[in-house]
Amino acid sequence: MKVTLKVWRQKDAKTKGAFATYPLDHVSTDMSFLEMLDVLNSSLIQKGEDPIHFDHDCREGICGMCSLYINGRPHGPLQTTVCQLHMRTFHDGETITIEPWRAKAFPVIKDLVVDRSAFDRIQQSGGYVSVNTGGVPDANAIPIPKKIADEAFDAATCIGCGACVAACKNASAMLFVSAKVSQFALLPQGKPERKERVEKMVAQMDAEGFGSCTNTKACEAECPKGISVTNIARMNREYFAASLSSYEVPLKGSGD
Amino acid sequence: MNWFIKLLSSTLGRKLLMAFTGLFLILFLVVHLIGNLQLLKDDGGQAFNIYAQFMTSNPLIKAVSYGNYFFILLHIGLAIGLNRKNRAARGPESYAVSSGKSSHWTSRNMGILGTFILIFLVIHLKGFWYEMHWGGIATANYDGKEVKDLYAVVKEAYSQIWYVLVYVISMLLLAFHLWHGFSSAFQSLGLNHLKYNPVISFVGKAFAIIVPALFALIPIWMFLY
Repeated sequence: MKVTLKVWRQKDAKTKGAFATYPLDHVSTDMSFLEMLDVLNSSLIQKGEDPIHFDHDCREGICGMCSLYINGRPHGPLQTTVCQLHMRTFHDGETITIEPWRAKAFPVIKDLVVDRSAFDRIQQSGGYVSVNTGGVPDANAIPIPKKIADEAFDAATCIGCGACVAACKNASAMLFVSAKVSQFALLPQGKPERKERVEKMVAQMDAEGFGSCTNTKACEAECPKGISVTNIARMNREYFAASLSSYEVPLKGSGD
Repeated sequence: MNWFIKLLSSTLGRKLLMAFTGLFLILFLVVHLIGNLQLLKDDGGQAFNIYAQFMTSNPLIKAVSYGNYFFILLHIGLAIGLNRKNRAARGPESYAVSSGKSSHWTSRNMGILGTFILIFLVIHLKGFWYEMHWGGIATANYDGKEVKDLYAVVKEAYSQIWYVLVYVISMLLLAFHLWHGFSSAFQSLGLNHLKYNPVISFVGKAFAIIVPALFALIPIWMFLY
């Protein structure tokens, strides 16, 4: 099949970018989207041109590295990661527009590669649990209902790709942050830092310059892992409860 | 106090206030509608005029109405602030292609719908609220009781087709604003639960259709009859 690619090219973070057009004549419908880009890149390298830079790693849909905004949707027309998208999803002669994630908090590094370390900083601010030293506790010693465990696991399947931010008209990170808050808030292991966690992660989210949530639910529709907006409501609850009730005693020393 | 300011200035806190003010204004719509339906009573405006006099003179109602003005301004102010933050969050470059497939259009256009509702509100307040408070309105006499004849002002306004059209179109826009706003407020408050979601969704959609429809019925009815 033949396709025409309109790809965002940008030399570096400081240079202004623009779209470049690449016609491709021999694309197999069995190729994955990233393989199609690999073929284009090898031809660009042979011609001595700069290949198109894009993020990718596992190509198995689990690492959350690929981040292409294809024809107006993050990860393209299907609810998967780009690496799991195949050329059979597109039709012969189609013009495919590829853009990087667009968010102030995700600055473009080069071409289609964006800096998502804002997510890392949010995670570092509170997305962890206390683990005490000593013997390993018996796995069955902590009673957790199966349904709750499943719900926490569903939240934990977030791969942090940033499609929610890319899909949101406000470039809001609420789905990501709420998934990370929920996976611990639901479980007893997350209890020690429960209030502190949500306060710190929301504060960091705001500091990174992400937008607010207007409940359009575009994030849920585009999330390759199907993370539910129920998590956002849960985070709202967690945040309000934590703000109103955290620390009955004044803090003395941080223990650092 | 520091924690309280931090809570209400966070994006979540500001959305919390948006939800609370929005839900208060939803309650206000119900009260306003029940009062206004008296316009359709076939008594030459007596019930409506006495009601209007009560609403503008009762001290308790007055106190609530000041709260109402404040909540409308707060709802607008917060919306402008959040909208600016949200636009800035997209960054210097926006998408060349964007698909609207993943969300409902009302949810993406609350600001535009709200702006039109604000324009309507200015016309509406100038036409009736301002006239009732500071305009020179003729009085009507019911059993020796002198009240301002607001009914005559309303009747006069709704005899003009363009006025009726502005009202009907504005109520349609209000319906779209409520279509998203009602259930969205509950989500912002964190009230999302498998057991109650269908109820919130159903009541929200029914409210968004019935209330603006009844509001729109009044000028149409008074224009025709």
